[in-house]
Amino acid sequence: MKSAGAEIEALELRLLLEAIHEKSRYDFRGYSFASLKRRLGQARDRFSCASFSELQHRVLHDPKFVPLLLPYLTVQVSELFRDPSYFLALRTQVLPHLRTYPSLKVWVAGCSAGEELYSLAILFREEGLESRTIFYATDINTEALKRAEAGIYEIERIALFSENYRKAGGRTSLSDYYTAAYGSAKFDQTLRHRTVFSDHSLVSDSVFAEMHLVSCRNVLIYFNRELQDRAVGLFKDSLVRRGFLGIGAKESLRFNKEAEAFSEYCRPERIYQRT
Amino acid sequence: MNAEPPPAAVVIGASVGAIEALSLLLPTLPAAYPLPVLVVVHVPPDRKSSLAELFATRCQIGVKEAEDKEAIGAGMVYFAPADYHLLVEPDFTISLSSDEPVLFSRPAIDVLFQSAADAYGDNLTGVVLTGASTDGALGLQAIGAAGGMTLVQTPDTAEGETMPRAALAACPTARALSLEEIATVLNTETLSMPR
Repeated sequence: MKSAGAEIEALELRLLLEAIHEKSRYDFRGYSFASLKRRLGQARDRFSCASFSELQHRVLHDPKFVPLLLPYLTVQVSELFRDPSYFLALRTQVLPHLRTYPSLKVWVAGCSAGEELYSLAILFREEGLESRTIFYATDINTEALKRAEAGIYEIERIALFSENYRKAGGRTSLSDYYTAAYGSAKFDQTLRHRTVFSDHSLVSDSVFAEMHLVSCRNVLIYFNRELQDRAVGLFKDSLVRRGFLGIGAKESLRFNKEAEAFSEYCRPERIYQRT
Repeated sequence: MNAEPPPAAVVIGASVGAIEALSLLLPTLPAAYPLPVLVVVHVPPDRKSSLAELFATRCQIGVKEAEDKEAIGAGMVYFAPADYHLLVEPDFTISLSSDEPVLFSRPAIDVLFQSAADAYGDNLTGVVLTGASTDGALGLQAIGAAGGMTLVQTPDTAEGETMPRAALAACPTARALSLEEIATVLNTETLSMPR
């Protein structure tokens, strides 16, 4: 039997999500409950609130409060070239196919602080596709989008990024793409000259048209099944026929209602093709 | 009309020395073991975890790597994949997450245990085995607070003593048992849990 405390806490959390939805344009009601509870628990402690109800009170009465909660609600931890074998598969199996198009559109959905975007921009440059590609980098968190646009990462993370880059089949050295100063690494601004940064919600916004590749990794796991269905439906409607969808290493379209709109293109790397 | 009995589960956390310890526990579970068993072992993030494959060949009970959004079934061992937290949703499905590591670990035992305690309440058995960190201590405490059964490998018998000691310190009502005794409890006492 669930404890009465856990039941009440679950109710408080649902009411908090309702309050956030009412007082802002953010709707987290379709997110996975367990990890949301964990992260909002961190917010509750950080803001010295005794309960989710107290957080809810602040959401209702302090218009500046929701933006402070957002980093807890949307935090996604990524790396440049995270899961190098994914980028290697894009390089060797997907980009040769994309090369046949005169112009390309790539959507990095849920781009957070931009690690995935810069990885793809470097990949497309090295494969000679950059000049005919437009990247769309979207997230619901405008602060994260600003960080993505700045392209500045802590220097401590660079060793990992470089190792990933090498394993992803990088053609030179990652250091060719950033300058290091004051404990930070700033990625070459020309890498994002062909990127449109945009505020977009997979929960409530509509499709981007005519994409050739959608990369959305480790975002769907934060959604419940209904919301996963919606997001994958958006990707389906956004992709050209035979366009590609890349998702996270442990994500799957298996339980998704849109699954039959896709075929497995590179199964181990979770790269699907729109049929 | 028969009311559906509330689900029950076993959660296990282990770190250094995990494979040896789990090799003494999991193969004792019969093919018809009626509870799901969710396991977090600390594995390096850059390696594909082969734990599920390894134990599938050694166990009578079914073994698999947990998948996002799958329904938790009875009589199955689920391993957390490398580099993802494993959580139990209130509707007894699985969620994975790539949130920050906890105590330098992803997957983290605390994350599984705390979410499972919320979902299963007092129909949960938590087991902390050998390990060199303090992960699992807060999770076991949460299971105890929700009224679940709490078991810890006797520190003296563990390859890594730190983790069982931390768990016992955080959850003093937990029973310290040898691996053989834990196997016996899982094969007898947990079976009386509602399911």
